[in-house]
Amino acid sequence: MLFASETEHEAVAQASGWFLDHAWLIPLIPAIAFFLIIMFGKKLPRGGSEIGIASMLASLVISAGTAYQWIDLVGKTEHAEAVTHSTTWFEIGSLKVGIGSRIDGLAMMMLILVAFISTLVQIYSTEYVRGDRRYTHFFGSLTLFSAGMLTMVLAPNMVQLILGWEIMGLCSFLLIGHWWEERANSEAALKAFWTVRVGDMGLLVGTGILLALFGTLDIGEINAKAAEFTGDHKLLALGAVALFIACIGKSGQFPLHTWLPDAMAGPTPVSSLLHSSTMVVAGVFLVARLYPVFHTGLDINLAGHHFNLIAVIGGITVLIAAGLAFVQNDIKKVLAYSTVSQLGYMMMGLGVGAWMPAVFHIFTHAFFKCCLFLCAGSVAHTGSHHSFDMKKDMGGLRKKMPITFLTWMISTAALCGVPFFSGFFSKDEIIDSAKGNDYKVFFVVGLIGAFMTTAYMTRATYLTFFGKARGGAAHFVNEHEDHSHEPAHDEGHDSDDHHAPVVHGKPLVFAPDDSPWQITVPLIILGALALVAGYLNAAAKPFETDYFHRWLHSSIGVEIPEAPHFEWMNAVPSIALVAAGFIVSLLICKAVFGEGNSPLKGLTQRNAILGGVHKFLVNKYYLDALYEKVIVRGIAHPISAAAYWTNQHILDGIVNAVGKGGKRTGEMVYKYIDQGLVDGVVNGSGTTATHAGGALQPVQSGKVNLYGALLFGAAAVGALVLVLVNS
Amino acid sequence: MLVNNFLLLGALLFCIGVYGVIVRKNAVLVLMSIELILNSVNINLLAFDRLWADSGNNDGNVFALYIIAVAAAEVGVGLAMVLLIFRNRKTISLDDLSEMKG
Repeated sequence: MLFASETEHEAVAQASGWFLDHAWLIPLIPAIAFFLIIMFGKKLPRGGSEIGIASMLASLVISAGTAYQWIDLVGKTEHAEAVTHSTTWFEIGSLKVGIGSRIDGLAMMMLILVAFISTLVQIYSTEYVRGDRRYTHFFGSLTLFSAGMLTMVLAPNMVQLILGWEIMGLCSFLLIGHWWEERANSEAALKAFWTVRVGDMGLLVGTGILLALFGTLDIGEINAKAAEFTGDHKLLALGAVALFIACIGKSGQFPLHTWLPDAMAGPTPVSSLLHSSTMVVAGVFLVARLYPVFHTGLDINLAGHHFNLIAVIGGITVLIAAGLAFVQNDIKKVLAYSTVSQLGYMMMGLGVGAWMPAVFHIFTHAFFKCCLFLCAGSVAHTGSHHSFDMKKDMGGLRKKMPITFLTWMISTAALCGVPFFSGFFSKDEIIDSAKGNDYKVFFVVGLIGAFMTTAYMTRATYLTFFGKARGGAAHFVNEHEDHSHEPAHDEGHDSDDHHAPVVHGKPLVFAPDDSPWQITVPLIILGALALVAGYLNAAAKPFETDYFHRWLHSSIGVEIPEAPHFEWMNAVPSIALVAAGFIVSLLICKAVFGEGNSPLKGLTQRNAILGGVHKFLVNKYYLDALYEKVIVRGIAHPISAAAYWTNQHILDGIVNAVGKGGKRTGEMVYKYIDQGLVDGVVNGSGTTATHAGGALQPVQSGKVNLYGALLFGAAAVGALVLVLVNS
Repeated sequence: MLVNNFLLLGALLFCIGVYGVIVRKNAVLVLMSIELILNSVNINLLAFDRLWADSGNNDGNVFALYIIAVAAAEVGVGLAMVLLIFRNRKTISLDDLSEMKG
């Protein structure tokens, strides 16, 4: 028997249930749907979107069933083991590499999250990219993207994890560069792809080190062995660092965060999916998944250690990204930096040993961040003529777009950590744990981050929904209030003209009030979840729920300190800072962007220090310049210079010397041999060659295909001769 | 399962690849067809590797990996050339690239 496919049902005595055993269907359905969309999508009445949405719904149903059975399992048994199914994919020597599914609390949570958000985003996209020239491809890539994330989340071993990880890398490239006709978009796609690739090297190296250390690629075994590791600690630390570099690249942590804001070049639903539940949380997920490796390798929670790599990188990311969010005019870029900052919170949480709050923050963050992005998309789609510029084309939209405004406000409150909204319960837990686990510095970082988050979100909210309508928004607002009004927009809309006005080559959508239902329904669902998702693990007094903890705690795989008991008194500083951030930012916004005359207006132009800070932030701490001008050129330029020097001096010297020698020899030969003896022969052969060349001339057609055909024809003749001779 | 099936699959892929190289006018598609040819060879190598798997010899596997690496490099160079041709000529149709006509 060649290629026996053997299924290994590993020790899963207590495991049962159809969904737990068939979880591999969850990524498989969207993966198949991708091929169906690419092959048949264009012929379908809805351009393939129906296949995408149906496949995501099917995945969602199976994920829900899996979650139900897992919760059931946890309820029945005290120590529920992960349910693993694996089939041999390929083997090299004695190493068998499997593909399959590993269901535990963490995987269950992520499956639900990814399938759910992907479904909503696809419904939203049917309206948002309607009429796009690559509509079918868009849905194909979106579906494959979700399939990649689901594959990664389910991975029972490192190879499948890398597979899903790379599928996502490819799809993010395709989706960010969806409108590649504009050069900036395709450059952003390339930047995202290459920046993440820098990190991916770490993933391969880290996986190699884990294989060398533990002799296995199975995640369960790696975690078990890492938890009680006694061998070469340096090597494990090196492996953990390498893996963490991958997480830095994927999750947009400092210093590789620069690709994330540029990724805003993609359509808004893509940004939403990318920034909430897929792609960028993959790095955080990897740390959570292999937590024992990082916990042991990087000395997290070791007595006397107040810093470690993960916490430091996370902490830096929280602050620098929040700082950048203040100077953005593009609403999506504010949200992008906000995502970077929140991912920093998650990493910081994992770095201080707060596994549960960090993972819970992935969960709550996905809902409100997805909602915020979709709100931004809704504003641009309906309210501001496809512009994302808050200063030029927004303002005063709250009355015209009540649903978008309401869901935006709820999600913003959740993001800022306003008490009783979902973000509060996860973020405050992270900050609290940093204090409880004796990481004082990161406690302070968390508090400052909370202040900054509130401040920049207040600024964005003010610019978008309050104040006076400007540019495209003014056009939109006035359009419906008063038809005889002089159009405020300078694109020259004539109120007598009943044709839809066209701006930037795209017809404008003038919904009477808010965006169409395909946009508002996902917003309402996500807004509601941003409100209530936190109550799954609300440690605060009147609620004291711990469902999330019960379902997920077996996924940690290593002993970590108990989360400190929640006291409202401990939360006072962060709540006070959130309130302070709101008030300070509101006052500044009113002064700077409001109608009145204020001394604060144009302060960055007048004051040298503030102007310098502003410029420093606008230029993103000059990190892009550092990478492109210093590092890339610093490496590439000397290499090319050295190559040029070698070429000019060494190679040319040799060539010249050989040439001179050759010339002298040639002169001798010419004098004595050539003239007399050879010429006769040459003339004779020349005549022959002319005739032969003339006969062969048609073959040299210059057509590459013909050359290929000749090559293969010759090879076929050769093979035939070989067969005849050998038989 | 017999080794024949894999050899047949390899042969089929090879023929599709050759067909693509001969018929396609788009340089990128010709490169893709070349990939098919390389992978059909890989299938053959792996099939023979499994045929003699009991002898503990993994040469076929290793050789296949080697080909994959070389193919990646080849595509890298090939696409770079196509990109440059496109930049200079605004076309990648092979019919327009017949300067070598004798």
